Amino acid sequence: MMNKKVILQLDALTCPSCLTKIETAIKAEPGVGTVKVLFNAGKVKADIDDSQTNAEKLSDIVTKLGYEVEKVKVKDL
Amino acid sequence: MKFQLFIQKHTNQITGATAALIVLGYLSKYFLGNNLIYQVSLAVASIIAVIPIAMHAYQALRAKTISIELLVTIAVIGAFIIGEYNESAVVTFLFLFGNYLEQKTLSKTRASIKSLTEMAPTTAEVVQADGSIEEVDVDDVDVNDVVLVKTGAAIPVDGVVVEGNGYADEAAVTGESRAVNKTLTDKVYSGTILSNGFLKIKATKVGDDTTFAKIVELVEDAQDTKSHAEKFIDRFAQYYTPAVLIIALLVFIFSRDFKLAITVLVLGCPGALVIGAPVSNVAGIGNGAKRGILIKGGEVMDTFARIDTFVFDKTGTLTKGTTSVSEVKSYNDTLNTTLLMAAKVESLSDHPLGRAIEQYATAQQLQYHDLKIDNSETIKGQGIIAQINGQRIAVGNLKLMTASEIVLTAQQQVDLTKLQEQGSSVVIVAIDQAVTAIFGISDEVRPEAAAALAALKQAGAKHLVMLTGDNQKTADYVAQQLGIDEVRAELMPDQKVNFVKEFQAAGQKVAFVGDGINDSPSLATADIGIAMGSGTDVAIETSDVVLMQSSFSALVHAYKLAKKTVLNTRENIVIAISVVAFLLLGLIAGFIYMASGMFVHEASILVVIFNAMRLISYGKSKEL
Repeated sequence: MMNKKVILQLDALTCPSCLTKIETAIKAEPGVGTVKVLFNAGKVKADIDDSQTNAEKLSDIVTKLGYEVEKVKVKDL
Repeated sequence: MKFQLFIQKHTNQITGATAALIVLGYLSKYFLGNNLIYQVSLAVASIIAVIPIAMHAYQALRAKTISIELLVTIAVIGAFIIGEYNESAVVTFLFLFGNYLEQKTLSKTRASIKSLTEMAPTTAEVVQADGSIEEVDVDDVDVNDVVLVKTGAAIPVDGVVVEGNGYADEAAVTGESRAVNKTLTDKVYSGTILSNGFLKIKATKVGDDTTFAKIVELVEDAQDTKSHAEKFIDRFAQYYTPAVLIIALLVFIFSRDFKLAITVLVLGCPGALVIGAPVSNVAGIGNGAKRGILIKGGEVMDTFARIDTFVFDKTGTLTKGTTSVSEVKSYNDTLNTTLLMAAKVESLSDHPLGRAIEQYATAQQLQYHDLKIDNSETIKGQGIIAQINGQRIAVGNLKLMTASEIVLTAQQQVDLTKLQEQGSSVVIVAIDQAVTAIFGISDEVRPEAAAALAALKQAGAKHLVMLTGDNQKTADYVAQQLGIDEVRAELMPDQKVNFVKEFQAAGQKVAFVGDGINDSPSLATADIGIAMGSGTDVAIETSDVVLMQSSFSALVHAYKLAKKTVLNTRENIVIAISVVAFLLLGLIAGFIYMASGMFVHEASILVVIFNAMRLISYGKSKEL
């Protein structure tokens, strides 16, 4: 059950391949549903099940890929 | 991972250091004749510059993508192995420097959306139960909280004014920078600026539910919604990059020329092709967003540019949508009695013509509410018949009169025809089988519509159609004033959809322009649905293009902008393909090598970005 929506605001993305990278990495995390990476807005939007994962974990994944996370927002679905 | 982040953050410094080392190397070779310093400094430059590139290549590989960075990394390592330090140094530097410039210029094309989001306030001053003020994060404001906004501040919520008075600049929501007076019970929107005054606002929508947040979200999504061309290029790039790798390998196997093989790797980078199409759309959508024109993505942009038929809903779109009594013909000396009774009867219906008569009666200060109706019958599409004080009153159109066997005098007949020819709707009132008055009710044509429609035609629209539920005569009158090609009158809402389908079946590309209130089916059916002047949720959802302000100049600008953007995309694709062809030719003819090839590549990326940037300022100089 996806019950939360996580929105990560990143530093500006420059290469379209970063997008695929981030999307693939986040999708691989258990408890993650739909993932959308907005290239021009530099945003990652993901639906998650908060019993399996949380916003910090996703933020960590993105940071590890080498992108700075500027702001994290969690909303109820 | 610390190292990775460090490199990421200092890529610009690495680029700078590489440049300095390259300059140092060449200076020492040509001025000091020192070949050792030359070789060492270029080798060092290659090593430090390849680190960030290789890092990206590795990360992409882990995500199972073969990236441009991988091609460059292999080429550079290859050049390094055969001792071509100058080539490897210059290639890596150009690649990094190109990325830097790309980043700078790209952020310019994204600037419009960024300036939008920056308008959003981050904190709000919430009035507490004890009357004190507390500053909180906008995300923590709840519906029904009362917030305080002072001069110069941005309004943090959608809401209703409960205290105070002021002027708000609603450019963030409508694209039109104009001070709008706000006072008790007026609606205000998040993101708009209180340029003058002081307001206390009761929040009705907060956070991501506000109109402004929806606009921002829509534009963000739109800039990433790809056109067909982009999707094609994406798919192409997915196979293209690995293909280049294989071709380079084949070249090496067959020619045994290592240098040639690594050159192919560098030249094969798809650079300008990948960035060319999206960058045009981002700039074009940004241009629209700044003017309150929301275009939902690259595909919409494509289709919009190919529209040849514009179908307009008349009421509220081509006309102001507010009907009022414009002429009264009275046939006895008790006009007030007639009006009083007609207004009372019309209060039973919510027909717009009835509203107009009620408003007219109210304006004459007639107290029609006190009258008592004994019984009434509403005849759909004709009018109402009722009994008041023992008198039988019929209020409606000619059909109702004919059905009730009420005969118009010759003079009344002439007046009726004249009113209809002027484009007015008519309401005939008969008391006890005799016509006592005819009301002409009209809906004023928007003053700027005629010029705008002419501009649309000039921009490439071939067929302008008006659909309306009104009668044929009114419709013809309006159409003739506006230069409309085809008129379909007396339509029910579902018939409008059928006409849209009919045009589509005839091979026309149809845009439907409506006010978004009851046109949803037509908006959704047309190739492009354009909602004009209403920021309602439904309109934003069902339409492809939303014009936040109800203005025809915005429509014309949007159409021209779509054509311009598509043209710009094409230019960029042509530029990119010519560059690849040129490089290939140069490689065969032998005048292009790794470093020069990389230079041409990076230059072409900048050229397509600059070309797209022209779209940002499109239409700025002249007021449409």
